[in-house]
Amino acid sequence: MSLDQNDIAKLARLARINIAETDTAELSQRIGDILNMVDAMQAVDTTNILPMANPHDAVQRLRADEVNETNQREHFQKIAPQTADGLYLVPQVIE
Amino acid sequence: MPNHTIADILRGLEAKTFSSEEITQQYLDAIAKHDSNYNSFITVTAEQALTQARAADTARQNGSAGALCGVPIAHKDIFCTEGVRTSCASKMLDNFIAPYNATVVDRLANAGVVTLGKTNLDEFAMGSSNETSFYGAVRNPWNTDCVPGGSSGGSAAAIAAGLAPAATGTDTGGSIRQPAALCGLTGLKPTYGRVSRYGMIAFASSLDQGGPMAKTAEDNALLLQAMAGFDHRDSTSMDLAVPDYRAGLNKDLSGLKIGVPKEYFSEGLDPEIASAIEASLDEYRKMGAEIKSISLPHTHLAVPCYYIIAPAEASANLSRFDGVRYGYRCENPKDLDDLYTRTRAEGFGEEVKRRILIGTYALSSGFYDAYYRKAQQIRRLIKQDFDEAFKTVDIIAGPTTPNPAFALGEKVSDPVTMYLEDIYTIAVNLAGLPAISLPAGFTKGKPIGLQLIGRDFDETTLLAAAHQYQQRSDWHQQAAPGSV
Repeated sequence: MSLDQNDIAKLARLARINIAETDTAELSQRIGDILNMVDAMQAVDTTNILPMANPHDAVQRLRADEVNETNQREHFQKIAPQTADGLYLVPQVIE
Repeated sequence: MPNHTIADILRGLEAKTFSSEEITQQYLDAIAKHDSNYNSFITVTAEQALTQARAADTARQNGSAGALCGVPIAHKDIFCTEGVRTSCASKMLDNFIAPYNATVVDRLANAGVVTLGKTNLDEFAMGSSNETSFYGAVRNPWNTDCVPGGSSGGSAAAIAAGLAPAATGTDTGGSIRQPAALCGLTGLKPTYGRVSRYGMIAFASSLDQGGPMAKTAEDNALLLQAMAGFDHRDSTSMDLAVPDYRAGLNKDLSGLKIGVPKEYFSEGLDPEIASAIEASLDEYRKMGAEIKSISLPHTHLAVPCYYIIAPAEASANLSRFDGVRYGYRCENPKDLDDLYTRTRAEGFGEEVKRRILIGTYALSSGFYDAYYRKAQQIRRLIKQDFDEAFKTVDIIAGPTTPNPAFALGEKVSDPVTMYLEDIYTIAVNLAGLPAISLPAGFTKGKPIGLQLIGRDFDETTLLAAAHQYQQRSDWHQQAAPGSV
């Protein structure tokens, strides 16, 4: 399994990581090596084997629908790069 | 102070041989003087530690001492500590002052520990050598040209160098046990769900588990006692009673059935490690245990399976680092897309980016079934191997790693070779089982680790088996050259 330049560009786009064109060749080589390693899985017949997402096959625990946390917006926003009026600021999205 | 265990420190504090303030100051001095040789700490919290130590001394005088009152330890810098930088060894969180404590941090604080500081790790715990840290590689106190293992490499090096008696770690594919093995320590990965993950920065949520690292099994029992238990803030925390681990250390082991997987002694295992493990099994025989050969037929698929599941979960978990709410933000973003993509390109290191991209690939349309779903099916086969084995044995024993500590830089350019170093530890995380690594010898001056794997939630038997071996061996009492 190997990935070409377009594949890397697509993944970079999906993952929202800017990848310099000069880095794509090495990245596709490294990722290709790893995908070759994981390909050992394809030799195993897994028909009718249930996928396992949690080692105890546990399901999400639900709690009563009650307020149990207090609003700590100011506390949490103290460490934000940019805020105003209780909002997080980002570059303008809508003209 | 040299080679103090937590149990020694508690005895000294109880007998008033020294105060918490005195011993805390000694560790802080040792860190200031020697850590430049190892780079095991990212942040030292000296002032806070001394304040906590004085409070602990007062509590002890007042008779309100918790179980670990006044004992200094270090936290892996993946656990959120309120008011203290929590970097995860990433440029992305270099400026992140956590606004709350991880449950593990709170619980240990309630037991009375003093926090010396935050230890180095592989960036976001992704690595087996502690070479991917934004703050630089950590050196192994047994041989400073070698890696300490990873990802909890700073915790391991700090203990082995005598800069802390114990530390917290986290283990997603071996990140407590492998550095414990490579640095001559005892480290326990608890059963998935035993220790709360709240406030522990997530790498792969279905695999991550926090646990103790120290010199002895007894110290591991003392720490786990404080760390373990149900937490409503972690949706995967298990609501089960926590046994008295210290009381369980002397549990009778006669008739204990120990399974030895033949797959763990195949090609690629250093012959001196193989003989050291055989010798430790002989000790268990003398202790009345029965050694039995077993098979875990899907062992060879553990690393491939892990390198889909862990990156897939990481790609989702690390999507939160977007430069908006906290952490690193790139300079002068021209639009929102530029803010996201450049923040993440500049904030993450190479290994982290590679894993995010692999995870993104495995979860992307058209590849999900062939990679992610397939890996989850293989994961069940791996778990079933263990279920089958535990029908006839009580614990499973083998080497923790195929090789002793390797040289800094040796494997950094070849990720796949590095990944294969975790061959004996990774399956345990996929299956969610508890496992401990303990010192079992040396090869060419480097420590060897014996791994014991237990049934779900049976940390007691592992701690007892490790403790009773340590009553008959002195590998865990050896001090690294240059340690204080």
